[in-house]
Amino acid sequence: MRERSHRTGPGNPARRGPRPVTGRNIGGLNSPRNGLRARAAQADSRHVRKGIRALIRIESVTKRYPDGTVAVDRLSLEIPDGSVTVLVGPSGCGKTTTLRMINRMVELSEGRILLDGADITRQPVNTLRRSMGYVIQNAGLFQHRTIVDNIATVPRMLGWDRGRARTRAMDLMERVGLDAGLAKRYPYQLSGGQQQRVGVARALAADPPVLLMDEPFSAVDPIVRKTLQAELLRIQEELGKTIVFVTHDIDEAIRLGDMVAVMRTGGKLAQFAPPDELLSAPADEFVEDFLGAGRGVRRLSFFTSAGLELTTDPVVAVDASAAQIAERATDDVPYLLVTDADGRPLGWARAKDAVGGEGLDAAQLLSHGRPFEFGRDSLRDALDCAVLSPTGWAVAVDGDGRVVGVASQETIAGAIRDAHAERKGSADRKAAAGAPGGPGATGARRTAR
Amino acid sequence: MSIFHFINAFFSDGSHWHGYDGIPTRIMEHLQYSFMALGIAAGIALPVGLITGHTGRGGNALALIATAARALPSFGLLVLMFFWLGIGLTPVMIPLVALAVPPILVTTYEAVRTVDPSPVDAARGMGMGPAAVLFQVELPVALPLILSGLRSAAIQVVSTAAIAAYVSLGGLGRYVIDGLYQRNYEIVVGGATLIAGLALAMIALFWLVERLVVSPGVRRGR
Amino acid sequence: MSGGAGFFDIPSDLQHTYLGLIGEHLKEALIPVAGGLALSLPIAQLCVRFRWLYPPVLWVTTVLYAIPSIAFFVFLIDYTGATETTVMIPLTVYSLVVLVPAIVDGVRSVPQETLAAAEAMGFTSMQRYLRVELPIAVPAIFAGLRVATVSSISLVSVGSLIGNEGALGNLLSDAHVFHRSNLAVTSVVTTAVLAIVIDALLIGIRMLLTPWLPRGSRSARRASVDAVTGPAPEEARPLEEAAR
Repeated sequence: MRERSHRTGPGNPARRGPRPVTGRNIGGLNSPRNGLRARAAQADSRHVRKGIRALIRIESVTKRYPDGTVAVDRLSLEIPDGSVTVLVGPSGCGKTTTLRMINRMVELSEGRILLDGADITRQPVNTLRRSMGYVIQNAGLFQHRTIVDNIATVPRMLGWDRGRARTRAMDLMERVGLDAGLAKRYPYQLSGGQQQRVGVARALAADPPVLLMDEPFSAVDPIVRKTLQAELLRIQEELGKTIVFVTHDIDEAIRLGDMVAVMRTGGKLAQFAPPDELLSAPADEFVEDFLGAGRGVRRLSFFTSAGLELTTDPVVAVDASAAQIAERATDDVPYLLVTDADGRPLGWARAKDAVGGEGLDAAQLLSHGRPFEFGRDSLRDALDCAVLSPTGWAVAVDGDGRVVGVASQETIAGAIRDAHAERKGSADRKAAAGAPGGPGATGARRTAR
Repeated sequence: MSIFHFINAFFSDGSHWHGYDGIPTRIMEHLQYSFMALGIAAGIALPVGLITGHTGRGGNALALIATAARALPSFGLLVLMFFWLGIGLTPVMIPLVALAVPPILVTTYEAVRTVDPSPVDAARGMGMGPAAVLFQVELPVALPLILSGLRSAAIQVVSTAAIAAYVSLGGLGRYVIDGLYQRNYEIVVGGATLIAGLALAMIALFWLVERLVVSPGVRRGR
Repeated sequence: MSGGAGFFDIPSDLQHTYLGLIGEHLKEALIPVAGGLALSLPIAQLCVRFRWLYPPVLWVTTVLYAIPSIAFFVFLIDYTGATETTVMIPLTVYSLVVLVPAIVDGVRSVPQETLAAAEAMGFTSMQRYLRVELPIAVPAIFAGLRVATVSSISLVSVGSLIGNEGALGNLLSDAHVFHRSNLAVTSVVTTAVLAIVIDALLIGIRMLLTPWLPRGSRSARRASVDAVTGPAPEEARPLEEAAR
């Protein structure tokens, strides 16, 4: 639940949407000296919102193998800067090939790829690769090197001295949530999830502006995968990298992506849109099928619960007097939400039973179900709470778990209708203003929130 | 009479420890032949094995060469070379090198070829050149298997170098061959014990080398 | 006394014809391999069943393998005399040394799921061994057999040093004694050809026994490495290549 909040929280608008950048020299990152300067420039750029530009531009790229197989077919994509772009699709759709063409692990056959305006073939291939972090499925750690030395690989290649590279590696271990005590361990002594964290740290080591991630979380179990996804979003919030992420898991794509490129077999682009738009308006039957069932409900993840009208009428403290209870238990309030002295929910009491009784009995309460965090969790979470609640009312809490109010299913339904209407209106305004598609659509999402 | 009696008699005879026919001299000769042959074989087989293993091509050709080389009887080859080339180091080196190349070649090739492809992919993706990938990523991981190939070759070479004496060269085989001619079992058994001891010393040597050069991250599970 | 001087004029002191020597050579080379196989199957099975047993067994076999053939022969003369037995016992030990690790690794390479499936189907442990583990280990066993056989064929010749017990190898001593290099050629070529023919035969039998494997499969080659060097270090997990 907590992880989810990163995606819907209004408190961190910086995370959403592409981050505009003024002219930045990517090539300069290859030298360690310029690396820091570029980093500073990046930090500055967060405050500059002149416009949106694509750091990586894939222009009508085709990959054809000698045997005639076409892996990628005239693909064009503009990968917005400072955001997560997910390539998703079934086996054989060319998503991995596309990713590997960006760092020239696979050479393209036709078309071109621009990095910050310059053709990627202009610089030496290894210089290009050192300027991009690369994370793969099984982490691909060097089993003969300790964790800290694994992470320090690229800085060492770039000529950093050992001490500086190690310090940097230790910083990164902390950043990706690895205990410093693991630094001197070898990869085989780590769990799959930990290894993958090391993989991410290693890719970030030289602070590259671009991160290429090829199904990085596919080989770990679902619970670890959720944690890693949440961590990636957290790290991304801090660093604002341009991430290209390949997965075959549409849920992962929707969860992580600012933009999602759905690809179909034969290396063709089916749709390129923000996840919200993908769910609300799939381009064709293929995308619709690939998204699977429950699109409408899943899309609610993108609507914040902040605008929900809450009521505190049914909320009473457990030590409330009979008079206070009687005052609350009106005809409109069949149930009372009982809270403890700190305001945390204890459970529901039937209003009829409570009135005229000897106060409230905490042992007799109905379960209050799982509350949602008001403002941070989405309308989908709110709806989920309401549906699962024995009373049909969802309990909203603040960050400390204190009740801020309750909402009925009807109230939530109304909020959903309003949100849809507002979203549509804003999209129409955008269209009327002649806003560009692609990244522009992501901007609309932020407006809606 | 047990062989232990002969062994005891051989080693307690002080005269066996001195001179051109003394144990130290013979051991040095034996080591000289062995390391020379091993060096030549490694010089041929390691680069070929590393390169073919790195590129992953030529495996079938290697297997064929290795099988053919293995089929050559070392002792027979030694005698034949002696006929063709006369007395000297060359006729001894040819069968010893032919003996040592297959295990080094095959294991090196397989060791490099079977390195987990994902770190290699990661290394390339990070911008390592082909030489860096081979020496910094593949070789350290392949090292235990390569060393086991070298160890196997070394043991066989040390054993087989004993027959160099048959074509009038020195080394520890001298004791065995001369002893057999003279029907002096004390010397035969003493020589054989020394050869076996030297072969065991090879195992110890390689164990030590492995401790020193193989990363603990790779050595696991042994 | 040495008859003619052709490649196939065998000196009379060997008391065998050319073909007789080949028969003798095969006998001295193959009986030890067969014996080694018969001994190594139960030993290997014990090592698979009791994992702790394997490292010490491996240690012992490595040490035995390090004992040079000539030294081994010499040690045995005291007990078994200058006979064929003296040649065949060391060769049996060498075969054992090659075969035990080959079989253990082969049986261990049987996937855990396969074993679980066999157990779930109600195989007894004996049935499981004979019908599942052993057949799947066949390529590895044959890789070991090939190495053991070829080296055995080569080593028989050394037996000539302890008094004409080396079959085709005896031609080498005679070449020396009678200064007839052509006898050495005959010996070397015949031994090499024998080794190659038997090796090819073993490959053929392996293919007949394992029709489910592609020819010259990599697993077989991989196993041949184990057979040459003893067990490999625990191999790195192969990359689970997702089908893309």
